[in-house]
Amino acid sequence: MSPVLEVERLEVSFGDVHAVRGLSYTVRPGEVLGIVGESGSGKSVAAAAVMGLLPPGARASGSVRLHGRQLLGAPERELRAVRGRTVSMVFQDPLSALTPVYRVGDQIAEAVRVHQKVSREQALAKAVDLLDLVGIPDPRGRALAFPHEFSGGMRQRVVIAMAIANDPDVIICDEPTTALDVTVQAQVLEVLKTAQRATGAAIVMITHDLGVVAGFADRVLVMYAGRPVEVGDVDDVYYRTRMPYTVGLLGSVPRVDAGGRRALVPIDGHPPAPAARPPGCPFAPRCPMRIEACEDREPPLFEVGAGHQAACIRWDEVRPWAAGDGAVRPWAAGDGAVRPWAAGDGAVRPWAHDDGAVRPSAGGGGGDGPGWPVVRGARRVLEVDGLVKHYPVRKGAIFKRRVGTVHAVAGVSFDIREGETLGLVGESGSGKTTALTQILELAEPQEGRVVVLGRDTARLTREQRAAIRRDMQVVFQDPLAALDPRMTIYDILAEPLRTHPRAPLRAHGGRAPGARVAELLDLVGLDPSHAARYPQDFSGGQRQRIGIARALALEPRLLVLDEPVSALDVSIRAGVINLLDSLRTRLGLSYLFVAHDLAVVRYLADRVAVMYLGRIAEIGRVEAVYGTPAHPYTQALLSAIPLPDPVRERARERTLLDGDLPDPADPPSGCRFRTRCPKFAGVLTGAERSLCVDTEPEIRTLGEDQGAACHYAEKLAVV
Amino acid sequence: MTLSEEELAEERTGPGPARAAPPSRLRVVTGRFFASRQGRLGFAVLAVLVALACAGPLFSPWAYTDKDFLAFLRPPSAAHWFGTSQTGADVYAMTLRGMRRSLLVGLLAALVSTALAALVGAFAGYFLGWTDRVLSRLTDLLLVLPAFLILAIMSPLFGAGQWPLFVLMLALFLWMVTSKITRGMTISLKQREFVQAARYMGVPPMKIIFSHVLPNLSSLLIVDATLNVSAAILTETSLSYFGFGIQPPDVSLGTLIADGSRTAVYAPWTFWFAAGLLVITVLAVNLVGDALRDAFDPTARRSR
Ligand code: SF4
Ligand code: SF4
Repeated sequence: MSPVLEVERLEVSFGDVHAVRGLSYTVRPGEVLGIVGESGSGKSVAAAAVMGLLPPGARASGSVRLHGRQLLGAPERELRAVRGRTVSMVFQDPLSALTPVYRVGDQIAEAVRVHQKVSREQALAKAVDLLDLVGIPDPRGRALAFPHEFSGGMRQRVVIAMAIANDPDVIICDEPTTALDVTVQAQVLEVLKTAQRATGAAIVMITHDLGVVAGFADRVLVMYAGRPVEVGDVDDVYYRTRMPYTVGLLGSVPRVDAGGRRALVPIDGHPPAPAARPPGCPFAPRCPMRIEACEDREPPLFEVGAGHQAACIRWDEVRPWAAGDGAVRPWAAGDGAVRPWAAGDGAVRPWAHDDGAVRPSAGGGGGDGPGWPVVRGARRVLEVDGLVKHYPVRKGAIFKRRVGTVHAVAGVSFDIREGETLGLVGESGSGKTTALTQILELAEPQEGRVVVLGRDTARLTREQRAAIRRDMQVVFQDPLAALDPRMTIYDILAEPLRTHPRAPLRAHGGRAPGARVAELLDLVGLDPSHAARYPQDFSGGQRQRIGIARALALEPRLLVLDEPVSALDVSIRAGVINLLDSLRTRLGLSYLFVAHDLAVVRYLADRVAVMYLGRIAEIGRVEAVYGTPAHPYTQALLSAIPLPDPVRERARERTLLDGDLPDPADPPSGCRFRTRCPKFAGVLTGAERSLCVDTEPEIRTLGEDQGAACHYAEKLAVV
Repeated sequence: MTLSEEELAEERTGPGPARAAPPSRLRVVTGRFFASRQGRLGFAVLAVLVALACAGPLFSPWAYTDKDFLAFLRPPSAAHWFGTSQTGADVYAMTLRGMRRSLLVGLLAALVSTALAALVGAFAGYFLGWTDRVLSRLTDLLLVLPAFLILAIMSPLFGAGQWPLFVLMLALFLWMVTSKITRGMTISLKQREFVQAARYMGVPPMKIIFSHVLPNLSSLLIVDATLNVSAAILTETSLSYFGFGIQPPDVSLGTLIADGSRTAVYAPWTFWFAAGLLVITVLAVNLVGDALRDAFDPTARRSR
């Protein structure tokens, strides 16, 4: 079959900055090509160049041929005829792709009528058909709705419906699921597959998520510093990796499956800025296999197998992650440098014993039940009991009437013992952030009790509150937003020390802030001589390290981590996760770790609490909850997470959830999950269902340290 | 970066020798201010002007109150460096005296009004609630009062030696608009995570306002202060022109320009020295303001 889209030696530059350098690929009809890269790798710019949507000021050269017709440099009129008809695009942000003031049905019909000579009525009928195809319930009625009346996932479905309206031959998807929750991502990927089947189109899937590509793509192209560095079939790239960067990426992704506790191996450093690329192999400064020849010139793409190319001069020595023993794995041996995490600390993790708590090692993992007695520490650093937070919903511009109440947190209970890490996970709207804020505010909750470090927040004196503020510290999600842009790193790190001048620092009492600041920077792996710089002089991962250093300045006992790695690139994320892990062990910290990413939580947490619509659905030891989740929601959540493992990913059975999160102002009666519960919909009999409808399930204990809020909870391995 | 490095750090007998000068914001900003040419130039000019205003009269045989009845309206000469006025007063002595007043009035009024704007706006925006209601009412009230009229009515009070009161009154009518802007920006800053971070760290609210909110508004405040210097000097000038403001026998650049403008055509020295110094002063203040703003703003291009 001849390819539909051929890109050859595509170059895009903005002034002197070369964003894309020599990108070539072809896509055949019905094929899915995944383009993987971190931010700044040039993957999105390349897609824009193919569509002829580059911003003014960008120069593109090379060739982009669609069915043999040259697109690059073609007149705008010709491009417009192609765009939306033969090639269409799905963007990350569906809201910006839809016009807010038109009904979605009209917008899709419009897209049809631009390229096809059909009547208005026919176009509208087609629009309704398309909405039905992408799984929008009640398509006839919803076609009359406006974009803002849809949820994020539904909007992305509408965009996909629009993208396939004219039976395109190529659909370019630029991070189509990045902004979505994982269960919604699973739905949207499913819709994309349906859409592809219906149209037979080729798909170019641009993403940073190796899991999404593993299950979805036929071939993969890995981009680094504006160039393709490895191209091949999914299986070749994942299992017969020939480029150290790809190996590094695969090794640094936290995984939710049983291998989840293996040590993550971060890639040192960060991607080079487009203006300051090294002369030779762009990956050389970070590559553990670098030799002198690497720096001579940029390695071309070597043919390393059938349809498999890699840009590395030592490709025949590179071994993939999963390769058998004896192989040279770049991160394990390589250049002889000591790389502590790759050594074999994966199975046995040293725990802090100094607090007297007995902590089991987390080796083994797996689903067949823990083989050790679970003993939790005696002292509680945080206790949340029946926490409730609701907000009034008001309507009206002048006279704000109270029209309802949003129960953001509706009775949540958990505790954290000394030295323990609790992961609080949930999708957007689950109430995890509200719960977190309630704890951090140290104010009396509307209902329930919050006890921090042995003190009830409802009855705090000034001194006690100050003492808690000293012993409980926070790391925020977005490191740039959480660091005052007008302060030097020195001032940022000295601030907590100045705020609590008499803090009894266990190891460092009575020293000048200067010494402590240098020590903190050292501790998080930054150069102490950079203290005079400002936050924006650092890269994302480094900034997050500064955020962590600030939180550690006073040697707290409890660290609250609010999505600490979700704003970071994959290769940098692993380093921060490892840092958090080692700090906990070394400093005897307890973590409350709030995240939406279950894979990261699996790596860091001892226990996990899964939230849904303001309540905890399941709570327990990580091994138990991940190995044999009992609540239908946890099961669906875990099964929705893509694994960076093509064979397993293809073989997996997904439990897809229907629809969207219900309105938190009007939650369903009885079990809050029942509107979307696959068990409720498929397995239960009518009599059993009435229990779900009438009675809100409380958390029931199911074996050692695992509990689920479901009347019919049953353990089931899903990953 | 890695555990080995951390352990290495532990093995050292503590962190390296504490550096003598910790790189705190004050030091960095000062360094960056003097690293820019604008900053150096503006600062030097201002320093010269201040020195001139303070020490200049010492070198002249004439005091600003003296009258030379042998020389009316004479051009600059060896005896009278800047010439004399219609009444025989020495223009050099008067100009320097006037500049001293104007500098004091302008700089002080600008500082006071900007400080007032920053404080009232930041407190109203940070604490909201009743603090905000009281402060906002006050701001609105002052905004509707006819400033010029009130200053004119109060002018008898600004007699000899009462210039500080004048400065205060001047400042009182300059701060309201900036304060409203500051309030709005504070409200949005308060939502930013770094302010939340400081709150959760236990930093007291006052300290948050001074170390996080105000520095992040520094661009606005510095620009405002520079504009206010000009505004204060010019307001004083126009008040003096109508005979309010600085009262004789005291002089200011404003009164001098007012007087000199009448004879400017045929005796330019009575006007141009005062006017020129006013322009130079305002320019220098603007240079310093620009450099200071860039020094505070870490994103500004570093001009070395
Ligand atoms: S060419 Fe050299 S530096 Fe580049 S990836 Fe291969 S071994 Fe590493
Ligand atoms: S209680 Fe019923 S509806 Fe709720 S999760 Fe269990 S089975 Fe599903």
